[in-house]
Amino acid sequence: MGRYVIRRLLQMIPVFIGTTFLIFVMVYAVGDPVNAMFGDRAPDPATAAQLRAEFNLDKPVWQQYLLYMAHIFTGDFGNAFNGQPVTELMRTAFPITLRLAIIAIVFEVVVGIALGVITGLRRGRPVDSSVLMMTLVVISVPTFVTGTLAQYLLGVKWGWIQPAVSPAAPVGELLLPGLVLALLSLAYVTRLTRTSISENARADYVRTAVAKGLPRSRVTGRHLLRNSLIPVVTFLGTDVGNLMAGALVTERIFNIQGVGFQLWQGIVRQNSPTVVGFVTILVIVFLLANLIVDLLYAVLDPRIRYA
Amino acid sequence: MRGATRVTWAFGCVTAVTLAAAACGGGGGGGTTAGSSAGIVRAFWTDPQNPLEPANTNEVQGGKVLEMTFRGLKRYNPDSGKAENAVAQSIDTKDQQNFDITLKKGWKFSDGTKVTAKSFVDAWNYGALVTNKQVSSYFFEYIDGYEDVHPTDESAKPKAKTMSGLKVTGERTFKVKLNQKFSLWPDTLGYAAFSPLPKKFYTDHESWLKKPIGNGPYKVDSYTKGQAMRLSVNKKYSGPDKPRNKGVELKVYTDQNTGYTDLQAGNLDIFDELPAGQLKNAKKDLDGRYINQPAGILQTLSFPLYKKEWRTEKAKQVRRGLSMAVNRDEVAQKIYHGTRKPATDLTSPVIKKSGGYKPGLCGETCSYNPKKARKLIEDAGGLPGGKVSITSNVDTGSHRQWMDAVCNSINNTLKKDGACSVNPVPTFGEFRKDIAEKKFTSLFRTGWQMDYPLIQNFLQPLYYTDASSNDSGYSDDRVDKLMNEANAAGQSEAVSKFQQAEKIVLEDLPAIPLWYQDGNAGYSDRVSDVRLNPFSVPVFTDVRVK
Repeated sequence: MGRYVIRRLLQMIPVFIGTTFLIFVMVYAVGDPVNAMFGDRAPDPATAAQLRAEFNLDKPVWQQYLLYMAHIFTGDFGNAFNGQPVTELMRTAFPITLRLAIIAIVFEVVVGIALGVITGLRRGRPVDSSVLMMTLVVISVPTFVTGTLAQYLLGVKWGWIQPAVSPAAPVGELLLPGLVLALLSLAYVTRLTRTSISENARADYVRTAVAKGLPRSRVTGRHLLRNSLIPVVTFLGTDVGNLMAGALVTERIFNIQGVGFQLWQGIVRQNSPTVVGFVTILVIVFLLANLIVDLLYAVLDPRIRYA
Repeated sequence: MRGATRVTWAFGCVTAVTLAAAACGGGGGGGTTAGSSAGIVRAFWTDPQNPLEPANTNEVQGGKVLEMTFRGLKRYNPDSGKAENAVAQSIDTKDQQNFDITLKKGWKFSDGTKVTAKSFVDAWNYGALVTNKQVSSYFFEYIDGYEDVHPTDESAKPKAKTMSGLKVTGERTFKVKLNQKFSLWPDTLGYAAFSPLPKKFYTDHESWLKKPIGNGPYKVDSYTKGQAMRLSVNKKYSGPDKPRNKGVELKVYTDQNTGYTDLQAGNLDIFDELPAGQLKNAKKDLDGRYINQPAGILQTLSFPLYKKEWRTEKAKQVRRGLSMAVNRDEVAQKIYHGTRKPATDLTSPVIKKSGGYKPGLCGETCSYNPKKARKLIEDAGGLPGGKVSITSNVDTGSHRQWMDAVCNSINNTLKKDGACSVNPVPTFGEFRKDIAEKKFTSLFRTGWQMDYPLIQNFLQPLYYTDASSNDSGYSDDRVDKLMNEANAAGQSEAVSKFQQAEKIVLEDLPAIPLWYQDGNAGYSDRVSDVRLNPFSVPVFTDVRVK
């Protein structure tokens, strides 16, 4: 197990270097951020040259990349073009998005798996078909539609909530955005669990468990559900990364100043240090989430062993 | 508003407990009680692009803060746009080149230190010095000695740290020598880049940036980058426009649509960046609490006169024909819902007729006349190369839509389908790069946002030979000569000289005037007396909170 983890961690290094380099090249290949800082006018060449020197933009891309990576390993992600250290932006943005992602995942796990178990055990009954219909609707409506609609109805029309989340982004205000963010994945979790459960319900070990006279709850919870969760866990693992990065739409709708917002602003303003910095962290999150998923397999299914 | 928040918090606590997550009290948002927001104006904001130094701020969002926290020698009257003395007692000159400036008594920064002649001179020297990397450095380019602190050559080091044209002669007096005659120069001093700076700006720059200190009607109480800025009334303010409210809270929004929703829900009082998609309904949605006022922005379509085929006499006729082929009214109404007005000169209604705005100066060239347009273009032997294209960035401003409309208009005029095509560039940075490298072979968009409400600013930087924003490469001796004369003449004569130059530019037509841009804003029923200044920044000092 330990060796497996170490091997996986070592494998992350080339992946990490490759992805960050690609992102770096892509961000820096588009246009000239210094030009854009001068608004609707031609930049004054002397000032522009000074700014380029400050952000190392006057050097070739590979050299910029090496400089950037060297700084990163000392914990310095550089400064955004408004002079604010990127690490400071991260300190405010990541906790907020993390909170949002956790809320979303809790919704997914609790509601999604519950619905999945119920429908999986009652295949073909009215409950099953109506939940299936609902998931279909959720999957086919894009997030910004559900988000804006929920915001308008609850925030403006009925006035139950504040349409925009305050800068501190307390958990209470993040409930609705979290739900909106979770909806799509929630639908997938429901469907995955349902299929898995209904398949395994006919498996030999379930029949054995029932024949031993175990209580129904124990059969479902301990034997059936645990074995049916493997595909769901895989999905949730990749979803953690998606929720962190893909919250962009939801964060914009509800004015949440998290990772999506910083990324969006970084892209719009061609603020390359912000974009590369945030994406670098996201890459790490993705890699670690995947590792944890793989390790969880072993816990859920004793047949899987890592040497 | 308060009731609703409390309910969601309570709900939040329950969940927080079940999640075994962070304590609920953390969400108090700084513990605002109902009392503290009374009398405070809550306004839309986005994070300023550059640090909030006066000479380093060139966009509206940073400008908003500077307008509240700083007063320079002059200030542009929010109604007329005229430059009026603020900190200056007098600015005198005999030869339009050497100016004697005297400050009023009693002005103080919000930290209690005095505003002296040195506060101005040091600030201007700081703004001009190339190593300080201030994006608005060029504002000081007319001051003698600017070349030494800010060499044009990219690799040259500055020869001096201060400009020789600035001399402090007393606590409240200083002399300015310009490197050329410039009669309207005193009127440029209302721009934020000319603001005075307190000592702390130099001695403790870091903490100044975190909480800027100025001499304006408001002072900054707290500033959380990317989230909000709270400003309260500066009790030491000496100007006449004392705030009629208790303060301003600028709230950062990530998306204009959210800002609009928040305005409708009553959580925001002033919202000055209405999303294009909402313009149509804004008036109705907001019960008339909507303003639409001229802004000092002119959109034009420039020709690459640096290309041979566009420089000929025949090409001039084609340029005129193309201008007549554009249906400006239709675009202004259908795409911009009246927030753009068809342009008929090269300035803006903001500077008023007294300042040199002259509607109709462009004459029939700027009115839609498809028959004549076709005749002019056909007589001149058709479009150079048989077709034209229009290039612009398309990330903002509904540029894609109007380019399509203008191209359609040209195609219909010439009765030829592929006569005009649109060439969208994804980002403004890329577009600007192509302009700088003179890459275009056909029409491209050029927008101009004025630095100060003067006719000079609409013409000289754009059409003087080799001027900083002369993107089309236009050059005409008569125009240069008239502008030089205007700068040497007295203030009133200067305007008419500039208009003569403008007339010649419009005849040569290096750029087609398209439309004057308006600034707009919506406000909540909690506030009144909301209006915008010539730079489309809300005049916060006037706003009353009910």
